[in-house]
Amino acid sequence: MSIIEFENVSHRNILHNISGHFNEARITTFVGPSGAGKTTCLKHINGLLSPGSGNIFFRGENIQDMDMVELRKRIGMAFQSAPMIGGTVYDNLNLPKAIFNERLEQDRAVELLERVDLGGIPLDQNIKSLSGGEKSRISIARTLVNRPEVLLLDEITASLDYRMVKEVERLIVRLQREYNVTVIWITHDLDQARRVSDDMWFLAAGELIEYGNAAFIDESDNPLIKNFLEGEAL
Amino acid sequence: MTYAQLALSLIFIAIPLGLALVLKLGLEKDIIIATVRSIIQLLIIGYILTFVFESDNPVYIILMILLMIAAATQNIIKKGDGIPGITWMIVFTLVVVEVVTMGIMLGFGIIPFVPEEVIPISGMIIGNCMVLSLLFLNRFKDEVDRSDETIELILSMGGQPKVAIDKSLKSAIQTSMIPTIEAQKTMGLVQLPGMMSGLIIGGAAPMEAVMYQLLILFLILTTAAMSSVMVGYLAYPKLFNQKMQFVGLQYRK
Repeated sequence: MSIIEFENVSHRNILHNISGHFNEARITTFVGPSGAGKTTCLKHINGLLSPGSGNIFFRGENIQDMDMVELRKRIGMAFQSAPMIGGTVYDNLNLPKAIFNERLEQDRAVELLERVDLGGIPLDQNIKSLSGGEKSRISIARTLVNRPEVLLLDEITASLDYRMVKEVERLIVRLQREYNVTVIWITHDLDQARRVSDDMWFLAAGELIEYGNAAFIDESDNPLIKNFLEGEAL
Repeated sequence: MTYAQLALSLIFIAIPLGLALVLKLGLEKDIIIATVRSIIQLLIIGYILTFVFESDNPVYIILMILLMIAAATQNIIKKGDGIPGITWMIVFTLVVVEVVTMGIMLGFGIIPFVPEEVIPISGMIIGNCMVLSLLFLNRFKDEVDRSDETIELILSMGGQPKVAIDKSLKSAIQTSMIPTIEAQKTMGLVQLPGMMSGLIIGGAAPMEAVMYQLLILFLILTTAAMSSVMVGYLAYPKLFNQKMQFVGLQYRK
């Protein structure tokens, strides 16, 4: 069942007339060459950008008509560089609450850390002492604070070593099952996309070339996709 | 001081000029331009002030203040490039700071409404406001560029623009105010402040000079806080749109 739908979405010279949908409770990866408009697409889903023309629907409702605070609580986003705000592990986990002058309960903070396999890390540990992989997990745990229906992941494993990449992949697949959340994941790594995807969107030069069950990527006759696969294979 | 004595003081220009020439610092042209400009500008202002003081007409006092505000605005807006509407924000800030501080001083009878006091003190208020606004804008734009991911992170969680930019805004306000606060801590220990020195040279009793200087110090602290805070709180909403999206600094193409 579709949860998010793009209808003829264009944005400046970056996205051109994109129409397609994302299925609920599945992992969809965005793949395509650099500059394809993947991050721009993702930011539209969270309302960080608005389409120049066209519409985006979330559960049938046009997101431009929705309350932005409500939308963004329901659609969480983890950024490529896992930005932290300084302070402790708890300060960073508490951020989604602190911005509304609320506090995340300590027990829930511990539970979230356990969910991302960081159960041994004390809440009062300085965030700067954590590794890139640990920060990436904190960033994922932080997006879970609001219990989102959709999780947007922007190249979250781009700066991690191979072992950490695999661990984060396993974590996301497990969390998707546990929370039954819809995951939309940008990755530049085609092998990663093959490993984790249920569905896939292939973008090139701001156009949605093909989308659907992830198997299409290796079966497509589209020359752009074939060229991309050949480039990846080199 | 006579014109002959003033001419002799050009020796103090010859020394840096000589050093620049000998050491090939490439500063000779700038030193000459700076000297000529300061002579022309100060002589013009001297004649204007003489005219305003002698005419004793409040309209001229207000015109002088408006001139200072216009010159300060012109200087500041270059640093505000990328923030739409910065000119009017700066004009509004300078006018409010001048009206509030001068209003307090005149209202409570701290100084009389005479050009000899209102114009120099307004110059200090507007000048300090200008420096603080420049320092603030410089730092604020750096902070915004450096923190754009954190700003978008907070927005992506549903945070309001004010919350998203709060850290950058406060950091820029603090940084711009630190030099003023630090300078006040060592005031009188490292150097005698300019106004106090001027009054003593002019023949005022040291305690009278100290009292005037304290007034100016308190005034400078107020103008520092007011200008940074006002420019900051007027400027930051321009970096976002109605949809709570971060549009950032918008440099003219």
